[in-house]
Amino acid sequence: MLAKSPENNRKGPIYLDYQATTPTDERVVAAMLPYFNQKFGNPHSSGHAYGWEAEDAVEAARAKIANLIGAEPREIVFTSGATESNNLAIKGAAHFENHRGRHIIASLVEHKCVLETCKRLEDEGFDVTYLDVDENGLIDLADLEAAIRDETLMVSIMGVNNETGVIQPLAAIGAICREKGIYFHSDCAQAVGKIPLDVSDMKIDLMSISGHKLYGPMGIGALYIRRRPRVRLQAMIDGGGQERGFRSGTLPAPLCVGMGEACEISGREMAEEATRLERLRGQFLAQIQKAIPAVRVNGDLVKRVPGNLNLCFPGMRAEDLLTGLRGVAISTGSACTSASVEPSYVLRAMGLSEEDAGASVRIGFGRFTTEDEIVQAADLIVNGVTHQLDGTDRQNHIEPAA
Amino acid sequence: MNLTCRILQPNNHLFPNAGLPPMTEAIYLDHNATTTVRPKAADAVREALLMGGNASSVHRFGRLAHRVLEDARDAVATLVGCATPEVIFTSGGTEANNLALRGVANETVLVSAIEHVSVLSARNDVQQLSVDGNGLLDLEGLVAALDSASSSALVSVMLANNETGVIQPLAAISEIVHAHGGLLHCDAIQAAGKEPLDMKAIGADLLSLSAHKFGGPQGVGALIVREGLGLKPLICGGGQELRRRAGTENLPGIAGFAAAANEAQAELSSFARLAELRDRLEQRISDLAPVQVFGRDVRRLVNTSCFTMPGVNSETQVMGLDIAGLAVSAGSACSSGKVEPSHVLRAMDVDEAEAGSALRVSFGWDSHENDVDRFVDAWGSLYSHAGNNSNSQAMAG
Repeated sequence: MLAKSPENNRKGPIYLDYQATTPTDERVVAAMLPYFNQKFGNPHSSGHAYGWEAEDAVEAARAKIANLIGAEPREIVFTSGATESNNLAIKGAAHFENHRGRHIIASLVEHKCVLETCKRLEDEGFDVTYLDVDENGLIDLADLEAAIRDETLMVSIMGVNNETGVIQPLAAIGAICREKGIYFHSDCAQAVGKIPLDVSDMKIDLMSISGHKLYGPMGIGALYIRRRPRVRLQAMIDGGGQERGFRSGTLPAPLCVGMGEACEISGREMAEEATRLERLRGQFLAQIQKAIPAVRVNGDLVKRVPGNLNLCFPGMRAEDLLTGLRGVAISTGSACTSASVEPSYVLRAMGLSEEDAGASVRIGFGRFTTEDEIVQAADLIVNGVTHQLDGTDRQNHIEPAA
Repeated sequence: MNLTCRILQPNNHLFPNAGLPPMTEAIYLDHNATTTVRPKAADAVREALLMGGNASSVHRFGRLAHRVLEDARDAVATLVGCATPEVIFTSGGTEANNLALRGVANETVLVSAIEHVSVLSARNDVQQLSVDGNGLLDLEGLVAALDSASSSALVSVMLANNETGVIQPLAAISEIVHAHGGLLHCDAIQAAGKEPLDMKAIGADLLSLSAHKFGGPQGVGALIVREGLGLKPLICGGGQELRRRAGTENLPGIAGFAAAANEAQAELSSFARLAELRDRLEQRISDLAPVQVFGRDVRRLVNTSCFTMPGVNSETQVMGLDIAGLAVSAGSACSSGKVEPSHVLRAMDVDEAEAGSALRVSFGWDSHENDVDRFVDAWGSLYSHAGNNSNSQAMAG
């Protein structure tokens, strides 16, 4: 049975921006609340029952996260979110293992925080190769193999793209990296809880996870750090030595509990939810295609998480569509770069022209999306697009009124 | 484990009229490790959790989230007397301290020997400054260190110590540091929300805060960065927090932080009355045994007391008191798993045996005066059993 939608989500526009953040599931909120003011201990207070109780809760949550990705609990390190996890994985490995080499391989479509971290390492003298993607948004395994050198220490390829939902061939990448003895890090912020993942099968050494992308709270994430063969990292935040020295700071017990609960729910409901979302997405797309046959889907539609669509309406300006669209909350791309006027670098890397990238929107479906909402949202988007396109045609490229 | 905790009631419960709590109820006196979340902060967290929305998104959900974020930034700025854009939200105090020490360009970093471990270990090139027997920074030593520094220094001195509560003369320290062209970082994590706080009066260029030490939720803190000061981010990515701290903001945490800041500030005068509880506790245990109270002669946080139980080691005390239903600690929670005596007390030249028998009691915004009686009873009975037994180590059970 599906959970109830958080109350505020029923008011206002229809929320179709599930890749920016997911509403926190009420079941998750309910699990968290006691840890704010009834079981409020510091999980590192080893001298009294309040501390032990918080510690037990944190450890139970750690086990739930591990279970979702086929890891051992002690391979999970809590962080403040996927951005920190990505920073810790990439900088941590680069700084610890720089004697092995100073070359890193990533893809052009990685999340902004991976690219910025790589840029920081380039400033420090590391060499980074950015793999191109094809028109479907997928990397070419032959390119990856060709890019590997003796001094390559790490490959960082995301599991699921945050703008297009495209799924990279993780198991194949993992096999290549393991054979060459290179660390494989994967930013799986958009993948965990959406598609089945197994760090053993996929030979992933480091995996970044986010709480608020899988109906858990914001402010919490995790990094999976393989123990066998052991992955070594230099910590980025030092202090009390919590999280076995990988990440110091008091663990936020309520947030850890929330993330654990979110992982358990996502794991349990994943298959059923995927089927439901795929059906809704198909229905949504059919409705749009019927009204606007020129619409194009950016990125592979099969190798894609069921909760994502990225659509190009040739000739349209996405910014203007969003401004005029009161009833639906969608986006032009990553929330982290929402304020930017540049067209998506992800879509540009897939070969879209600047115009087509600027005519594209990201639509994210999720746990609380209903069939009614899908029908209504598709209607509103079709109206917005046709209004703009007709206006543009008539006014000969004079900007239409919002 | 059967743990009965006090169910939180509305505000102003420092001195309720109610009688003694039932004896089965546990008493929490470890508020410097983490404190109970204020009901208003818990409400703000819950509300933001259910609201959803990424503060960077441009649609309505994002704009609403953004407003919560910026209102919270105002509240935190008000708490410390800084300008709103100077507030950079982090995942907590440890991250704030790391960001401050690693983010500045200064090559010389001087820190007091009693700093929290997150300051001491944020860089491997820190030079330590000594403190006196009361835990106050040796100002002459500071001057000498600055004089001999080869480059402009970052000096990091905490406002109030987490173990002893001793408050440093920050204005005087700031004057010295700035006269030498240096920068001052102040870890105000234990002082914020407990003492009036004015970043300008302190004269700090950087100031660290943590929400869960004064009634906000865990997992959120802030670094205040004086306007115009360049800082290299620790966590790279999106352009959040004016490009100084990437990552989707922990909106519920930040909302709770703000609610706690507002309430703590409004209740500073009632919090100040905790000094009565602390002083009464210290008086009563001093009547029972020849205890040493650390920093007793200097200005301290009103809620913190650190003292010895002669001849009984700290762990024995913590365990004994836990069995009696009292949660206290031997020092910092981060290192409470360790057996070494506190680096803070050692820096104050306390001998190892004495440091090894120290206990920290820290009251919180919801502490009762009855807590003192419960504590003194349990402490006294532990002392008469263990303390009079010359072999105290055997009492660990």
